[in-house]
Amino acid sequence: MTQEISQIWVYLSASPLLGLTITLLAYQAAFALYRRSGNNPLANPVLIAVFILVLFLTLTATSYETYFAGAQFVHFLLGPATVALAIPLYTQFKRVRSMLLPVLAGLLAGSLTAIVSAVLVARLLGASASTQLSLAPKSVTTPIAMGIAERIGGIPSLTAVLVIVTGILGAVGARFVFDAMKVRDPAIRGFAIGIASHGIGTARAFQVNEQSGAFAALAMGMNGALTALLVPWIAAYLINIG
Amino acid sequence: MISALSALLVFQLAGEVLARSLNLPIPGPVIGMLMLFVALVLRGGTGDELQSTSQNLLQHLSLLFVPAGTGIMVHLHRVSDEWLPLLISLLLSTLGTLVVTALVMKLCQRSPAASGEAP
Repeated sequence: MTQEISQIWVYLSASPLLGLTITLLAYQAAFALYRRSGNNPLANPVLIAVFILVLFLTLTATSYETYFAGAQFVHFLLGPATVALAIPLYTQFKRVRSMLLPVLAGLLAGSLTAIVSAVLVARLLGASASTQLSLAPKSVTTPIAMGIAERIGGIPSLTAVLVIVTGILGAVGARFVFDAMKVRDPAIRGFAIGIASHGIGTARAFQVNEQSGAFAALAMGMNGALTALLVPWIAAYLINIG
Repeated sequence: MISALSALLVFQLAGEVLARSLNLPIPGPVIGMLMLFVALVLRGGTGDELQSTSQNLLQHLSLLFVPAGTGIMVHLHRVSDEWLPLLISLLLSTLGTLVVTALVMKLCQRSPAASGEAP
């Protein structure tokens, strides 16, 4: 009996079916918890699903590569979903156009804050130079952030972790920050989440309000481009003044 | 749904080709998003099918980050030496960015507008 089970496991662990299925199941469980909490940001579905999966993979000694062979089918949809962000952006275009000044000012201020504060706080706490450089692009979507880290001498795989943690922190913390600041406009809330915590923040914004989602998507795209331009020379400057 | 999905993939593909051939620092899907946005403005509407397909995809955008997020298990050891400065830096910087962005936008905006539930 035990041998049969282990034979089944040998088959399953080598097939993409398992990785795909556990991704969907873990997410469904996480999403059900999130819904039951009344969409409480502390019950962030990405955070809970990742926790369940890491626990499962560790306990079953399954490698991430094996898991990803199945999970890549979900991962692939990030591309078309990113393209699909054009639709809410179009639907909300009138509002975006009426807010051109706040959008551009918020973009510049937020983008600079995200880069400079991460590097400076890490330096004050004694982090190494390559760690500081890996932190600089942490507020933009993973492929852009890893590309930047590579160019400026950071560690791309460390940046990938920092990007995900940043996304989750922003998605979890934003409501508390905005409520304390008495910021109620869904456009501003969405835009700030998109600047601070890219796609994971945008996903949270969409679950709450379509206008917030559209502004978060806009912010994510604009901040990706601006950060790619700013980080190389800001980082060089920040590292040199040390 | 099939035609909407095809349209999204065509724009992603075009964005990917453009990003690679021009060596742009922005990923292909983001370029594809911009191109689709321009196409929608030119066409003057989204159409029902594209609207409902995108709504379905975006409602569960969180799911799509789960495989990459799980990748954290591979690289977690990189964080282990310096996890405390990293965590404090990420926390302060992320919350600080939220505050500064929202504050600057609020100051630049004359008319406080719009209702609805917010995140």
